[in-house]
Amino acid sequence: MTSYIELSYWDLVIASLFLLINGGASLAFNLGIERTLLLNGLRMIVQLGAIGFVLKFIFAQTSPFWTIMLAIVMVLVAGREVIARQSIGIKGWAYYGLGTTTLFFVGLVGTVIGVGFLIGPEPWYAPRFVLPVLGMMLGNTMSGIALSLETLTTMANREQNAIEAHLAMGASRFEAMRNTHRQSLKTGMMPIINAMAASGIVSLPGMMTGQIISGVDPVEATKYQLLIMFLIAGGTGLGVMLASFGGVYLLTDERHRLRLDRLDIE
Amino acid sequence: MLRVDNLKTKGLPLISLELSKGECVVIQGASGTGKSLLLRAIADLDPASGQVFLDGAERQEMSGPEWRRQLRYVAAESGWWEETARQHIPSTKRTRRWIEALGLSDVQLDRKISRLSTGERQRLSLVRAISDNPKFLLLDEPTSALDAQTAALVEELIRFQVLSDRGILMVTHDEEQAKRLGDRRYRLTRQGLEAEAA
Repeated sequence: MTSYIELSYWDLVIASLFLLINGGASLAFNLGIERTLLLNGLRMIVQLGAIGFVLKFIFAQTSPFWTIMLAIVMVLVAGREVIARQSIGIKGWAYYGLGTTTLFFVGLVGTVIGVGFLIGPEPWYAPRFVLPVLGMMLGNTMSGIALSLETLTTMANREQNAIEAHLAMGASRFEAMRNTHRQSLKTGMMPIINAMAASGIVSLPGMMTGQIISGVDPVEATKYQLLIMFLIAGGTGLGVMLASFGGVYLLTDERHRLRLDRLDIE
Repeated sequence: MLRVDNLKTKGLPLISLELSKGECVVIQGASGTGKSLLLRAIADLDPASGQVFLDGAERQEMSGPEWRRQLRYVAAESGWWEETARQHIPSTKRTRRWIEALGLSDVQLDRKISRLSTGERQRLSLVRAISDNPKFLLLDEPTSALDAQTAALVEELIRFQVLSDRGILMVTHDEEQAKRLGDRRYRLTRQGLEAEAA
């Protein structure tokens, strides 16, 4: 088994040149995304660079306080990201609260089960385990929730006539929103279902790749990856269900009326 | 008896109105005065202040769905949530008779909704609306997509519903139709409802 090979900053500079291909494509085809590409590339460098130092600091402390503080920041940022990804959102803080609360709940359940019970590090709050597992759960659940809520709001807006005709016939809000709600659940869960099918053949998941490069036995790395995939799949399903149920509540009211006036259409 | 007391919603003046069972009241008015908004507000599909009573019971005393099961709003172009009209309309002796009376048949019932013409959908939405026997109907331009001959069939069905003791509040742009069907007629303006001469 080869040991871990340290990268130099020059290696990163050379790898970053690959972004020039995207920039070139944007200029050649007049896509107008070169500025966004540059800004997002810089944002990635700053964010990853910063988190590297932050994690180094937190790992050195091994204190539950610092682990929980960073976990809270991760949940808040992921909650913000869910809202930022919507072309049609719902007005008000409740929508941000819905995404964030769901992510908090899913992250908590997944991390407690995955790290606390299954991996079982000493101490239980060891940030080296808690934070990466939480990060992977949040990243995937966030995408599922964002897709699910986006489907819910755009479809409710498009299907207003059908939903209101059903309500006018005396249906409850969940009966009238059934088609929209089902599609929202399905769309939110599809990426993780597809990812499971492609894992190991089309792609080697990021964590497994990282472990293998670090010198971990591939079979052990696979076990970790499977554990994470199960947690992510369950967490995404749970998150999508909670968020879409909450979304239906926010898009309707206690009189079972469709409230498209609450949509935030750009 | 349907009683609307100081109903107020965005884009609509203060409205008060009474409607008995077995009576057809017609509302007319220029486009954009809020005729559809008024029907939607009475059906509790849009938030509104004021009170609406049905046989003495205020709507807040019951849930929204319970209210709308007794008082049915039918949009000019109503939506559908299943693939065919048959999935929306229970097959009973009465509904089959109404479908036939409106010049429709099993063919339209089984065809995909998206393949039906606007006029066919409009007639089927009326049958769907009365299929579970609501006490009052709120009809928003029920013949807007129909030729004169087919509109006459719909008017006949509306008259039959009135005779069967159903109360009907109807919006139409057709002056003659308003005179033919309306026991009372009102004009909705920015100031409110104005009674028309009989």
